[in-house]
Amino acid sequence: MAKTPKPDELSKINYTPPQSSWIDTPTELKEGYWCYGAKPKNLEILHFPNPREWRVQDEDWKLPENWQEIILEGMKERLDKYRSFKVFMDICVRCGACADKCHFFIGSGDPKNMPVLRAELLRSVYRGNFTAAGKILGKIAGARPLTLAVLKEWWYYFFQCTECRRCSVFCPYGIDTAEITMMGRELLNLLGLNTDWISGPAANCYMKGNHLGLEPHTIVGNLSYMLDDIETATGIKIEPTFNRKGAEILFVTPSGDLFADPGTYTCMGYLMLFHELGLDYTWSTYASEGGNFGFFTSNELAKRLNSKIYAEAKRLGVKWILGGECGHMWRVLNQYMDTWNGPADFLEVPKSPITGTVFENTKTTKMVHIAEFTADLIKNGKLKLDPKRNDNLKVTFHDSCNTSRGMGLFEEPRYIINNVCNNFYEMDELTIREKTFCCGSGSGLNAGENMEIRMRGGLPRANAVKDVVDKYGVNMVANICAIDRAVLTASLDYWVPGTKVTGVHELVANALIMKGEKERTTDLRGEPLPGMEGNE
Amino acid sequence: MPTIEVDGKNFEVDEDGYLQDWQEWNENVAKKMSQDDGIELTESHWEVIKFLRDYFEKYQIAPMIKILTKEIGKVMGPEKGNTKYLYELYPAGPAKQACRYAGLPKPTGCV
Ligand code: SF4
Ligand code: SF4
Repeated sequence: MAKTPKPDELSKINYTPPQSSWIDTPTELKEGYWCYGAKPKNLEILHFPNPREWRVQDEDWKLPENWQEIILEGMKERLDKYRSFKVFMDICVRCGACADKCHFFIGSGDPKNMPVLRAELLRSVYRGNFTAAGKILGKIAGARPLTLAVLKEWWYYFFQCTECRRCSVFCPYGIDTAEITMMGRELLNLLGLNTDWISGPAANCYMKGNHLGLEPHTIVGNLSYMLDDIETATGIKIEPTFNRKGAEILFVTPSGDLFADPGTYTCMGYLMLFHELGLDYTWSTYASEGGNFGFFTSNELAKRLNSKIYAEAKRLGVKWILGGECGHMWRVLNQYMDTWNGPADFLEVPKSPITGTVFENTKTTKMVHIAEFTADLIKNGKLKLDPKRNDNLKVTFHDSCNTSRGMGLFEEPRYIINNVCNNFYEMDELTIREKTFCCGSGSGLNAGENMEIRMRGGLPRANAVKDVVDKYGVNMVANICAIDRAVLTASLDYWVPGTKVTGVHELVANALIMKGEKERTTDLRGEPLPGMEGNE
Repeated sequence: MPTIEVDGKNFEVDEDGYLQDWQEWNENVAKKMSQDDGIELTESHWEVIKFLRDYFEKYQIAPMIKILTKEIGKVMGPEKGNTKYLYELYPAGPAKQACRYAGLPKPTGCV
């Protein structure tokens, strides 16, 4: 594994582009920038082509003889199928408005990380093979042939895009480079070229229902340890149900919340909230993943993994589905699910059993984001809250790319935080809401071996955090995404050490006054509550 | 595929040195891996490794940190049931280093 340079070295970014034109500048696959290649066992589980042992740093990627034909066929098929892809290939005027909007460009200075150029990597092959001008004029028309070097360049840069869509907000034509990256990754997958950090979780999810590969008894076991901690902190014993037929609501959250800190504290937050409400809900050990690493692979695989949630909702006979704090789960749900596996007519339009609010916006997907659900509870005065319990925290909120740009969920999390915390500070307006900066490692790039590019991509977000740390003394970054919780923990530790990361429902649970609770002296992390420092 | 040699036998490992097949593991594999890192395994280290392997056998995944600290605390005393103690034993992190010595694969996903 490549050694990651120290922050003071990494922050010296060279923005001077090379002398030669991009098309003549060869790409070197630098260690610390790419992830390991997909293992054959994972591709086999997913029934994906060309499973084999291969190494990114080797010359020979063990491709099928006719790999060019496969890619060009795949491109043709997708140009016919997805109008957006065809339009995005044709209409870019190279105005450059997107160029400096990508966190990977800002953090690396590499021109091929400008969204326009990232797209051009694919567009140049499109021109050479699918447009008359490109076929005749070649390079003058910005066309180039599909060589092995081009394929490797695709691999390198399509897995240096987090599909965050920040660039699309600034493009006058609305070109969504994330969708181009998605097409690029689909094509690479036709040759068995995925990363193992993506195909591993996808294979786990396909087999066992979640990315981590947690078995049913492991899920139950993990939750039981969290329940013990809740009992220690509150004196309240909670007994959730699993795979219970006839429950009103199925709850689905990313499996990261069931396993990794600080997501586990968010998970304790869900458990406490649902218990306090007396919600008629169930966990599932079968559809035990809100996230979808298939989405980072191909639409077809994303559809397959998404269908499991609905199959389980049907099997259990629930009325509707409540989803946990996840990012890309909501892009899938809000923008793709309906045409893939929906509309989910066998379910009812979600209605909060506590407030009676009908979530009309989820009429076809039947799945409600927990931030909407909880904001509605607070708005209707259904929760007793003591925000003072979070007074040791100065909180800022990081909008996840997918919940903000993918579904416009801006106000609900802020409304919740402002009701459960007394000290909330926004980051710079150019870095939040629809202009939010990616955590730096979304879309399955949160591996260990590509740490240098992860830290580079995480710089713009960390920089905005540092600004509120310096100005207001912020010490906690809240978010509603499991990848954020894992990724920001690492990147803030690197760029802004001492700043911690939390899910919104951890903050809710700390402030939540529960019926029959003992006097609380610690928060969910076992740290003394403000004013209780001497009581340990 | 890379390998490490222990007692004249080659064991397949992944790019980061994690054993490919956890069942092939024996104590000398852990000793070899720790020697390569310049760490000498004490009784306390072995307690952790033993727990990790027992847990993995039942659950097919490494335990979450909460479980590891609690269970180690039960066996070795409450003052040792915390991440600080585990980091003292395994400076590169209990999840990574201890799991590697114990022959377990690394967890993947939103972690
Ligand atoms: S902003 Fe849009 S039109 Fe302009 S270069 Fe970028 S993708 Fe092309
Ligand atoms: S989608 Fe995000 S990561 Fe990809 S090119 Fe656009 S800004 Fe960069």
